[in-house]
Amino acid sequence: MDLIIILQAGVATGTVLLFATIGEIFSERSGVMNLGVEGMMLLGAMSAFSVAVSTGNPWLGLLVAMLAAGLLSQIHAFITITLQADQVVSGLALTFLGTGISLVLGEGLSKAGAISLLPNFSIPLLTKIPLIGPIFFTDQSIMVYVGYLFVPLTWYFINRTRPGMHLRAVGEHPAAADSLGISVYGTRYFYVFVGGALAGLAGAVISLAVSPGWFSELTTAGQGWIAVGLVIFAQWDPVRAMFGSYAFGALRRLILDIQGPAMILGFNNPFYYNPYWGFFLQMLPYAFTIFVLVIGSREAVRKRLGAPAALGQPYIRGERGL
Amino acid sequence: MTANNTLPSGQTRIDTLEMSGITKRFPGVLANDSVDFDVKAGEVHALLGENGAGKSTLMKVLYGMYHPDEGQILLNGQPITLNSPTDAINLGIGMIHQHFMLVETLTVSENVALGLPSTRGPLTDLKRVSERILELADFYGLKIDPDAYVWQLSVGQQQRVEIIKALYRGAALLILDEPTAVLTPQEVDELFVIMRQMTEDGHGLIFISHKLHEVIEICQRVTVLRDGRMIGTRSIAATTKSDLASWMVGREVSMTRDLVPMKPGEPRLVFEEIACNSDRGTPALRGLNLEVHSGEILGLAGVSGNGQRELAEVATGLRPATRGRIILEGREITHLSPGVITDLMLSYIPEERMRDGMIRDFTVAENLILREFQKMPYSKNGFLRLKTIDSHSEGLVHAFRVKTPSIETPVKSLSGGNIQKVVLARELSRKPRAIIAAQPTRGLDIGATEYVHAQLLEQRAAGTAILLISEDLDEILAMSDRIAVIFEGQIMGIVKRGEATPEQLGLLMAGVKEESEIA
Repeated sequence: MDLIIILQAGVATGTVLLFATIGEIFSERSGVMNLGVEGMMLLGAMSAFSVAVSTGNPWLGLLVAMLAAGLLSQIHAFITITLQADQVVSGLALTFLGTGISLVLGEGLSKAGAISLLPNFSIPLLTKIPLIGPIFFTDQSIMVYVGYLFVPLTWYFINRTRPGMHLRAVGEHPAAADSLGISVYGTRYFYVFVGGALAGLAGAVISLAVSPGWFSELTTAGQGWIAVGLVIFAQWDPVRAMFGSYAFGALRRLILDIQGPAMILGFNNPFYYNPYWGFFLQMLPYAFTIFVLVIGSREAVRKRLGAPAALGQPYIRGERGL
Repeated sequence: MTANNTLPSGQTRIDTLEMSGITKRFPGVLANDSVDFDVKAGEVHALLGENGAGKSTLMKVLYGMYHPDEGQILLNGQPITLNSPTDAINLGIGMIHQHFMLVETLTVSENVALGLPSTRGPLTDLKRVSERILELADFYGLKIDPDAYVWQLSVGQQQRVEIIKALYRGAALLILDEPTAVLTPQEVDELFVIMRQMTEDGHGLIFISHKLHEVIEICQRVTVLRDGRMIGTRSIAATTKSDLASWMVGREVSMTRDLVPMKPGEPRLVFEEIACNSDRGTPALRGLNLEVHSGEILGLAGVSGNGQRELAEVATGLRPATRGRIILEGREITHLSPGVITDLMLSYIPEERMRDGMIRDFTVAENLILREFQKMPYSKNGFLRLKTIDSHSEGLVHAFRVKTPSIETPVKSLSGGNIQKVVLARELSRKPRAIIAAQPTRGLDIGATEYVHAQLLEQRAAGTAILLISEDLDEILAMSDRIAVIFEGQIMGIVKRGEATPEQLGLLMAGVKEESEIA
């Protein structure tokens, strides 16, 4: 068990969480909580793999994955923004819908043969940095590198640009944004789409790069839910989301790999000899997610963590408070 | 007034704005019935009317939020069409909303820049915006720090940001929707200085307020609306406060409240060193001491957010106290549940009557028994006794003159004043020993306010201890035997009725402690 290899793989797995988490941050910053991340991710993973199998072009797969998941997210947008229904209920339904569509359309995909994947490469020079080099810059998927650039860009976009400022205004005080001529509905539809597209991208990164193939609902295996939890953990900040994503990615790999060897540091490995211990370990990230979601569902706690003030509330023009 | 037709902000002046024959219908309601209204450059024109008289509808028409069914708007004699607030802003019409339209987590300059094109395309040009803000602030004598976050600012400062925001967008005509409702007397004076400066420079201002003495102080003309119709326009010079009040309501209204002298009874509701936290976990009350005697109304004045809401919630058991004791008639109630405190006959008129005082979708009858539905005579063996409930409700609706189609009507379809009457009927009819009344007349018109006050005075005469929490100083001054001022979770001072002046209270509300006689 080589720690470097685990961390290297952890960064790759973390990249999946990173895109999904930042997508959800965009959506929630505009005021719309979308619990359908798992469903959108699975749809993305399936459509990416399917297109890559039939066309041989993984990039086309990536694009279709983003479009498909983005379109799926618009159902949620319509239900919660236009029809002003409860965001939690609609988001849960979206997960069922996305999962269902993916399983039906993905039928038989698991038997598909080898396909061309998104390329892996190392960054010259950077790969020579001790510790950092092998973990972050050696033989990683191109999407991992995109992830590195994506985080500062996202931060800059949200905090330093005009559309980013409008996004924050819509999530914090939609009536104020509306009174200044910013379209609240338009902004929310757009960022729910962005959230969906990034969830789809995350799914595509799984099926075309990190753990290639189609394994039905095990392809995503609940990572969409972890992303939803990470948004709260990251306090709606992309930089914190990055740390959270890589930490959870590494943890996932560690939990998988720690069950392999019979001995660790000269001791008998309890996780090797008793599979039930292994199940317990595998449960931990999900237990953590449930914990964060339960804690974060209290309005007072959310406020203290700095959640967008209008998160979860439909906007109705001209209505004061309740 | 400047000689040419340019304002100091560089914007063209709006010499006249006329709204003529404005009619706006909503399903089942005629909100504006052929209303005429006009503003000239250099004047403050007051718009008066009770709730539901159609003031805000008329202003929303002017700000492009509603499209009128009939009538036209003339700007400098030219007809204009307003399809959205953006159209209004582009024509130089600005609005200061009663509830500030500011994003607290953004800075002053970010709030001003929101929605405006930037010289740097997709990037923000906050530096340039800040410079322009300082320029405008200089013209109008407004002190403002463009880099401060809005949540750091006081209410008065936030209002200045709203004014700057409108001026920055080139407003030549400004609608001020109840701008003084949340200000201390000193802040009101500062606002009036700014308003006078603006009219001198050639801006036209529309001033909406329920406070008649302010209308008389700052305005030149006044237009009164009643039930969607225009009653008339007069010059302020020719009118008095009581004229305006009766003109507005359509009958004689008493502007003063007669407090029959009462012998103060025993201390009935006592707070000892009470502390508690706000929703954000920061200290809201910091060792507050207060005694409310039987047969007395103790007015609690203060700027919003200084612990008033938390005090009411701690007393009623809705919020845990971290320290101190609360005693009702000699019995400690500090850590009792809201239900038990209710049974000890503490009544509560909550600030957010729709959220905390009512269940929106329940009927009037159901809301009237919310406190005691699980007890005799309203229920027996776990079943509601509908006949008893109905006759009880009919009685209360009649006694408290609640205007409702029936007792089976959901409360959410009643007007604000009638909803408050339902709350009063429930809270006062049970003969409480003490009452906490939080902002009991906020958002109510003169007629309804008069009624609520009369009910509270009746309770006072019956020997109930009343804690009246209000941000409306006029109400506090008119209704209280003693006035306590709260600032940052502590009592700054207590002043007796008759010895209190608005100026003195204003200083206390701003946290300035002076050598005042502590009663």
